[in-house]
Amino acid sequence: MATASVYKGSGFDFSNHVRNEFLGSRGVKLPKATSTGTTIVGCLFKDGIVLGADTRATEGPIVADKNCEKIHFISESIRCCGAGTAADTEFTTAMISSSIELHALSTGRKPRVVTAMTMLKQYLFRYQGHVGAALVLGGVDSTGAHLFTVAPHGSTDKLPYVTMGSGSLAAMAVFESQWRPNLERDEATKLVAAAISAGIFNDLGSGSNVDVCVITKDKTDMIRGFELPNERGRKERKYTFERGTTDFHVNSERIRRLVAEESITPFESPEAMDTT
Amino acid sequence: MSIMELNGGSVIAMVGKDCVAIASDLRLGNQALSISSNFQKIFPVTDRIYIGLPGLASDVATLRERFRLRVNMYTIKEERELEPETFAHLVSSTLYEKRFSPYFVEPVVAGLSKLPTSTPESPKFKPFICGTDLIGCLNFAKDFIVCGTASEKLFGVAEGLWEPDLEPEDLFETISQTLLNAVDRDAFSGWGAVVHVLTPDKVITRTLRGRMD
Amino acid sequence: MPQQRQFNPYSENGGTILAIAGADFAVVAGDTRQSEGYSIQTRYAPKVFRLTDKAVLAVNGFAADGNILVKTVKQRLEWYRHAHAKDMPLRAIARLIQTILYAKRFFPYYVYNILGGIEEDGTGAVYSFDPVGSYEREACRAAGAAQALVQPFLDNQIYFKNQKPKPGQSHPTHLPLDHVLSLVIDSFTSATERHIEVGDGLEIYVVLARGHSAQGLSNIPGAQEISQTDEGERVFVVRRDLKKD
Repeated sequence: MATASVYKGSGFDFSNHVRNEFLGSRGVKLPKATSTGTTIVGCLFKDGIVLGADTRATEGPIVADKNCEKIHFISESIRCCGAGTAADTEFTTAMISSSIELHALSTGRKPRVVTAMTMLKQYLFRYQGHVGAALVLGGVDSTGAHLFTVAPHGSTDKLPYVTMGSGSLAAMAVFESQWRPNLERDEATKLVAAAISAGIFNDLGSGSNVDVCVITKDKTDMIRGFELPNERGRKERKYTFERGTTDFHVNSERIRRLVAEESITPFESPEAMDTT
Repeated sequence: MSIMELNGGSVIAMVGKDCVAIASDLRLGNQALSISSNFQKIFPVTDRIYIGLPGLASDVATLRERFRLRVNMYTIKEERELEPETFAHLVSSTLYEKRFSPYFVEPVVAGLSKLPTSTPESPKFKPFICGTDLIGCLNFAKDFIVCGTASEKLFGVAEGLWEPDLEPEDLFETISQTLLNAVDRDAFSGWGAVVHVLTPDKVITRTLRGRMD
Repeated sequence: MPQQRQFNPYSENGGTILAIAGADFAVVAGDTRQSEGYSIQTRYAPKVFRLTDKAVLAVNGFAADGNILVKTVKQRLEWYRHAHAKDMPLRAIARLIQTILYAKRFFPYYVYNILGGIEEDGTGAVYSFDPVGSYEREACRAAGAAQALVQPFLDNQIYFKNQKPKPGQSHPTHLPLDHVLSLVIDSFTSATERHIEVGDGLEIYVVLARGHSAQGLSNIPGAQEISQTDEGERVFVVRRDLKKD
């Protein structure tokens, strides 16, 4: 349904629905969206939260992005890892981040993790699981350090250590054998990196690097590329081509110069202004 | 059959040394029947930003016009030229608005973005490419972005042939060889190809001579 | 009508194979990862097998069918050897594989095969098959999960497709062994980067014709000889690691 006004309201727009249903009835299938396969984890330690994520984004069996960022910003002391449909995790976390900032200005207080959790779960439940975002939300606020998972249908769990994504079983195996309460910062970070690595090497949907984010009440450290175990080695050969290898229609060549014209006008040295 | 294979077509963008290149095939088809060998899929957005739109042809045309409106409104309101990163996010939001009844295109954006140290007297640019899936998930790559019916073939050849810091003429050779060999193995892409190489002071456009079957 | 789930007799085990024929050698390679869905079943499951000193068979698709097919082919070659007091020539092995595959036309072996080796006239040869036995002799072929990624790369680098030769010159019809081995390794490292089912390890079998000296292979680290006799054709294996993520 085309509207006359170019200024649309915000939110989802369903105007392609009739057209897409018609195409569907003609036997055409919807293409696959980018999904993040993924291993994401969160873990509570003595002084706060450590979040971890891998960096592979897949489109079916193909790696679309070898270094995508899965730890999203919610507020200074709250971060959210996202698994599932990549566009959904990206936009959902961005939207809640924006709402949290407005909420903080309205209440005059630093945002709380439970607030973000409640906003996320109510939003996802409203869409009955069609927004495919599986999230690990963690942060430190005035009431302490908290860690939650939010599933695509809107259910939440509050736990001291969590994993989500296709590599969650591999990562949880590491947590279940090695997590204990009151870990030190270094131990917790190593544990999270080990859990993500388990996902990277044992789950085909996860891969590339380990990203880690450590949140304490004083500061938040976002460490992109905490471990880089999968750098590409040097290739055996060089594949540059001789210039002139590709055949093109010589008459078709168009060069559009962006600098139209340049002329330089020298100034005479100006006299100083007299401000007496 | 997937909707993306109804009309066919593929696009690739690659990063070079202070330059970017974006290339596409020229086929428009109706499943197995080829209709046009002159179907433009890459459009200039500003002097220094080009967008490639492979996928359903009617959505290519619709999105071309939607982006033109939004970019013009931006330029009028902000009184300055749009930067590639900003445009990429504009593309992403436009697609995500239609999350549950999407546009069947997977856009590729290629451009040169102004560095913070750039001045009007001596402008300095950095190459920028990005791609999105059909619902707007952004993928900022340092090397290349591929999409369309020949995307798997393009991934394979590009991963083999690309190397960093190619000069504009060498980048032209690499992107052309990648595109031609990949679309030759795809039934829904081909029938001619066009390449645009963007450098800080000019844009070179060439139409390639390839197989027309 | 109650909903019932039928037992699916097939599954997909991922992986990729490729073979390239030179003037007097053949190279057959495959990665060693065996997967199912998003899990890895094993990081080392060979997909490339030496049949005779002249012939190497790579099988990819459903691993159970692939392994049994290799066993069947090896058994038939042994019977031939006993009956005729010589090894089967390569083109005959290709025809044999066709008949074995077509015999199960209505419950096929779910495998894509590539046979590589040395023909009776001493030239390198590659034969590629579909699951029900259609086959063709070619200069190079890739099959498996990353076929779409590797084949166009090989088209460009082996057949020089879309490359204009320098004026007055023409592209070589055959490439030397070290060049071919570099292409094979780069094809697999590229496929590993972009395909989740490819990785862990790479096994390359090189079959050399009688006249071909093994000098070229002395430059390649880790080449192991596995031929049965000293006269005649020789078979070498080169192993490399691939990314494990």
